[in-house]
Amino acid sequence: MKSLEYPSGKQIIKQLQMAGVRFVVSLPDIVTSSGLLWPIARNSDFELIRVCKEDEGVSICAAMSYNGTRAVLLMQQTGLMDSLNSIRAIAMDYQLPVVMMVGLQGKEPEPEPEQSSVYGVRIIPSVLEAMSVSYSLIQEPSDALTIQDRIGSCYADSKPHVFLIGRTPIE
Amino acid sequence: MMLRDETLMALGEVIEEGDIVVAVYQSLFDWMEIKPRDLNYVATGAMGQASSHGLGLALANPERKVFVFDGDGSLLMNLGTLATIGEAASENLYHLVFANGTYEVNGGHPVPGGKNIDFASIATACGYPHSFRFSSLRKMQGMLAEIISCKGPVFMALDIEPGKKYPWKYDYIHSSEARDRFRRALNQG
Repeated sequence: MKSLEYPSGKQIIKQLQMAGVRFVVSLPDIVTSSGLLWPIARNSDFELIRVCKEDEGVSICAAMSYNGTRAVLLMQQTGLMDSLNSIRAIAMDYQLPVVMMVGLQGKEPEPEPEQSSVYGVRIIPSVLEAMSVSYSLIQEPSDALTIQDRIGSCYADSKPHVFLIGRTPIE
Repeated sequence: MMLRDETLMALGEVIEEGDIVVAVYQSLFDWMEIKPRDLNYVATGAMGQASSHGLGLALANPERKVFVFDGDGSLLMNLGTLATIGEAASENLYHLVFANGTYEVNGGHPVPGGKNIDFASIATACGYPHSFRFSSLRKMQGMLAEIISCKGPVFMALDIEPGKKYPWKYDYIHSSEARDRFRRALNQG
């Protein structure tokens, strides 16, 4: 049986740097805490903005985009669900490039999110599809290599995108 | 006593050409008529998000002053923003709350706490280095130059009464025209 491979936090961070991301806006999420958020907090290439609620982050990232400043909102899927109206109004209705990276807390390592036994995880792709929000899965190590280009497309097309983190990134 | 439109007119005297103004609801509709300008940021969605947009603009545009004209109902919906802004410590952010104790554009129903909430004290406790509260236009005008010379984030709670009501232009504030107009002005030269 093939052993599972996990995405590299260092690779994800490198992709963010190559994409020109300057600000990371975040609430802590246990899936991405060790592999992403703590290393980002220690990395002087990024300015980390700690928010109290995730919908603040949607607005902060959207407002920054008006002069091309690139940002990523790092959060858990519970925060994504809590921010749906802001995503609807600000990212979708206003057509602004809000890039979100979402740890799927409770998801098992093997299945796709849609096959998770956890209701709060299983529904996320369907919710995003219902809202016509673009998303992609970061689960295998090679998935991380798509991040730079997808962020570039978000800003070029002025549209949001959600990266769903399906396995805990390793440090 | 402070009438909202007279207060906005007084603020209009000190807002400079390159400053950004983020306003919400009736304060926004009044401001658009009193001081129409390209650097008015009008598209904040809903649910109390104006100050979060203001913080994003302040961080991304440190060379400009950013003024947020918030509402009390709006701020209560996003109260954590005060701690976020206090922590981010943007020196170019000026956060004003027009407090009338009601959800004015949603039927005039009272906000929880009415006019009893001391927003300026909450802002101080959340890390704003300068917080003020005014219920007199004359007193506010007397201190305005000094306040605007302070390094932010600066907070001002304004206990206001409705003045003349200006038209609700929802179609414009949610339009791509409004966003494009702001974007062009922000990035020119």
